[in-house]
Amino acid sequence: MSFKGVLPGDSSCPGCLLPVALNLVVSSIGKKVVSVVPASCTSVIQGYYPKTAFDFPTINVPFASAAPVAAGVSYALEIRGIKDVVVFAWAGDGGTADIGMAALSGAAERNDNILYIMYDNEAYMNTGIQRSGATPYKAWTTTTPVIGKREAKKDVAKIMIAHGAKYVATASVGFHQDFIAKIRKASSISGFRFIQLHLPCPVGWRFDSEKTVEVAKLAVETGAWILYEYQDGKLRLTGPSAQLIEESRRKPLEEYLLLQGRFSHLTKEDIEQIKKLIKEQWEWIKKMI
Amino acid sequence: MRREALTGNQAVAMAVMYSDVKFVAAYPITPQTSIVEKISYFVEKGLMKAKFVNVESEHSALAMTYGAALGGVRSFTATSSHGLLYMHEWVHWASRSRVPLVMAVVTRTIGPPWNIWPDHSDYMDQRDAGWIMLFAMDAQEAFDMTVQAFRISEDERVFLPVMVGLEGFIVGGTTMSVALPDEESVKEWVGERRQPFVFDGSANITLGNLASPEDTYILHRNIHEDLLRSIEVIKEIEKDYSETFGLPYIGPVETVGEKESSYAVISMGAWSGDLAEAIKQLGRNDVSLYRIRVYRPFPCKELRQALSRKNGIVVFDRSISFGSFGPLYMDVKACLDSEYTNVVNVIGGLGGVDHSLGEYVSVLRKILGEMDREEKLEKQIWMEVSR
Ligand SMILES: Cc1ncc(C[n+]2csc(CCOP(=O)(O)OP(=O)(O)O)c2C)c(N)n1
Ligand code: SF4
Ligand SMILES: [Mg+2]
Repeated sequence: MSFKGVLPGDSSCPGCLLPVALNLVVSSIGKKVVSVVPASCTSVIQGYYPKTAFDFPTINVPFASAAPVAAGVSYALEIRGIKDVVVFAWAGDGGTADIGMAALSGAAERNDNILYIMYDNEAYMNTGIQRSGATPYKAWTTTTPVIGKREAKKDVAKIMIAHGAKYVATASVGFHQDFIAKIRKASSISGFRFIQLHLPCPVGWRFDSEKTVEVAKLAVETGAWILYEYQDGKLRLTGPSAQLIEESRRKPLEEYLLLQGRFSHLTKEDIEQIKKLIKEQWEWIKKMI
Repeated sequence: MRREALTGNQAVAMAVMYSDVKFVAAYPITPQTSIVEKISYFVEKGLMKAKFVNVESEHSALAMTYGAALGGVRSFTATSSHGLLYMHEWVHWASRSRVPLVMAVVTRTIGPPWNIWPDHSDYMDQRDAGWIMLFAMDAQEAFDMTVQAFRISEDERVFLPVMVGLEGFIVGGTTMSVALPDEESVKEWVGERRQPFVFDGSANITLGNLASPEDTYILHRNIHEDLLRSIEVIKEIEKDYSETFGLPYIGPVETVGEKESSYAVISMGAWSGDLAEAIKQLGRNDVSLYRIRVYRPFPCKELRQALSRKNGIVVFDRSISFGSFGPLYMDVKACLDSEYTNVVNVIGGLGGVDHSLGEYVSVLRKILGEMDREEKLEKQIWMEVSR
């Protein structure tokens, strides 16, 4: 049985690349799939029962539970000797970095045989743009409405590396080939695999809906979002990030920040602080490679 | 039939192994722990061909059990008290997804204060979730009900999860001689895994996406109606089990004493044994005990038949809906016709308090005396406790 992916007519917002990204996952895995989706924008964009825009098996689950449900399905398939199916969780940053963290950690620690994709739009978008642990420093959200987020972005990929996960990668919806290669690689391995996909959200980040690809690309090109993969104890930069170790090769950070309304209140000091956080991230990368 | 000395918890673990369960995910909590310890031992020793996963929380225990059940294998978990409350979101999600699976609830009170002793607070907290809820009073029933639970859950007329309740320590941890049918015949009796849909890549289906208020209403009403109808399935399966294995059939409500008595005492769980003894000591043959074995669906029809023409009814509850009445009392009252005014609720045993036989005798003597004399009755009476 082959699955078509997300059909035309899903109910995502204009300019949302979530369905595009999910389509890439379903089509790149190269095997049959079972997907597990916790409460998030993705629960909504499927549309109304008894119809669905998702042409692939999909289990909707409570917010904190993507990893254990996916693992349960995967164990059942193993018990039944079914080998040609990839079970993947498709969860938001909130469902991953915050409420689902203990469950995710358990799955990683046990090396449960699942592919976990965290699509990171850097806030609780489904409930109307509230702050998550993965919201970046100073970003405006409806629960950080005046000052912006006071803390740095929680780095889930790093946390997964610390768990000794089989495969950990970051990706961006602005760089399809890189993302596809990572999906393919992750699908060819068994055990716990984690991909954090940067997915700009025009509604929540306050930019024009035709600029989603541009914003996604700028995040990488300015070095604010770094593409890498980690396997067998080795970290490797991928895609455009591979050329960006030298700071001088990166585009100015302001190009990325100033496109987004969520950063429109930033002071010079705020921007300096954000640059410092990005620098620290690159320093960590340099140590890892 | 072979007999073995087993605690209630061991009996549940044996029943899980005998029922050909293929997947168990669990998290330890007193007084449930010995179930999962026993099952993990069975699995690691190779006595039970199943996967056992030590998850990081009860929320994930039921989530993973659910995932495995959806993936097509017979699945089980067990918990108690705070573990059960922690997974409460999942208790609803499992039944509203119509996924067959079984969970044992070894009952324990809820804190604070921390207290590991049994009452029914944790179990009763799940009563509105759409599960079939059975309640055992000893290790034998814990075994029999757990085996039957898999058949009930996987019956196509039902397709709902089943909870088997047993009180911690007094049932879970107390040893008795249990009649055990042989493993292969139990496996055969439970049969192949059956479920309404399976997620293994073979069918292109979506479960649980958004639905309109009207569709949600219909789906939820279906659960209620199937749950109500399931009482006949539960009886049928118990009958089949008792005939197959030569054990007595009891039914959703057990009657102890004369059917035609004037007074009824209603209870659930292990303290029903104390109440039966107390009724004996009262020396009255006009009082019978009715023990609830199936709590959801509530056996209304069976109770109405049993309670017809009673002069008075005393319902013992081992939990309280704070600010109202005991849940069992509320269910009994809701089932009865309006002419039943002599219905009294006794609350006791909370936090694991063990009342003496004498205390049961005196509370019953007081209430039945008032009923005899047609005095005005207090609707709710609490058992006295001295520290
Ligand atoms: C236990 C629980 N708490 C809160 C919610 C409400 N809720 C639904 S989706 C959501 C935010 C999801 O955020 P994220 O995981 O980042 O996904 P996104 O909506 O951004 O796609 C919240 C808070 C819920 N469904 N369940
Ligand atoms: S809120 Fe953002 S992520 Fe969610 S559907 Fe709309 S654009 Fe996509
Ligand atoms: Mg989000």
